[in-house]
Amino acid sequence: MAKFKKKRASSSVGISTASLPDIVFMLLFFFMVATTMREVTLKVKNNTPSASEIEKLTKKSLVSFIYIGSPIKQLEEEYGTATRIQLNDAFKSKEDVREFVENERAKLPEYDKGKMIVSIKADVDTKMGVVTDVKQELRKANALKLTYSTKKRDADDKNYD
Amino acid sequence: MARKSRSIPEINAGSMADIAFLLLIFFLVTTTMDSDSGITIKLPPYIEEPEDVPPIKKKNVLEILVNANNQLLVEDRLTRIDQLRDITKAFITNEGKDPNSSDNPHKAVVSIKNDRGTSYKTYIAVQNELKAAYREVREEYSLRTYGRKLENLSEQQQDEVSDKYPQKISEAEPENIEGGN
Repeated sequence: MAKFKKKRASSSVGISTASLPDIVFMLLFFFMVATTMREVTLKVKNNTPSASEIEKLTKKSLVSFIYIGSPIKQLEEEYGTATRIQLNDAFKSKEDVREFVENERAKLPEYDKGKMIVSIKADVDTKMGVVTDVKQELRKANALKLTYSTKKRDADDKNYD
Repeated sequence: MARKSRSIPEINAGSMADIAFLLLIFFLVTTTMDSDSGITIKLPPYIEEPEDVPPIKKKNVLEILVNANNQLLVEDRLTRIDQLRDITKAFITNEGKDPNSSDNPHKAVVSIKNDRGTSYKTYIAVQNELKAAYREVREEYSLRTYGRKLENLSEQQQDEVSDKYPQKISEAEPENIEGGN
């Protein structure tokens, strides 16, 4: 009996890990397809408002982002709390928006130049003054397709506070 | 030759999983999942000196003013945001019934004017309610005429519905009404 028991204990083999690479590769490919590269590091607070009448931006390459908000906690000492515009990785003034749009447009292939979309990602606490200024600059730069980036909310929910 | 090929050792694939894990973690860190979505609008082209536009009858314009305290004034009446959708819907679908409201959906224009001190949140809320009003009006029209939901209509029918109730939201040139920043 004891002999039998011993034999059983020693014969337990490890789980085969031969298919582990396959599983991990599958995960890898999933993430490669489903996610997009993080392009900028956010320097402004960016809690976007919510809306129900939203459209999904399908073609990422056509979209350029403009971030508006007050600087994040770590940068508050340096830059204060006034609302700032972030283009790419730096704080810029509204006069730079035009140049930014031109640069972004130059990156697109010729046949997509007219389809360029600018997405404004503004914080809920932003005042419309800054947003309006940016909008005027966009009009001057002839970038007329604009989306206000928002979170999703229920269409019947009318409470906006 | 034959003897040599027989002696090729197998490559050890034991570290394959480690390599794949490394790549996986790299992608997890450097990418984001969020797909972007938002309210889409089309800006009017910039004109140096605005030309004189032909006057629109006052009754065909739904005037919305938002002040720096995020209060709404719709047709000179103080309004809450949750009332805006119904007001807009009534305005679009008036068809000349009320002599003080729009003649028909094609002439009806919604005009928004906001202060520089208005909060972005309120602005988005107003935009959202207006868009929702147009969507609901179209939805109801679709159910009435075709007996089907808007999303189930053919492309041509959807265009017809959009033509029946065109979305005319106009934003006034910015103005500093009461000292925002």
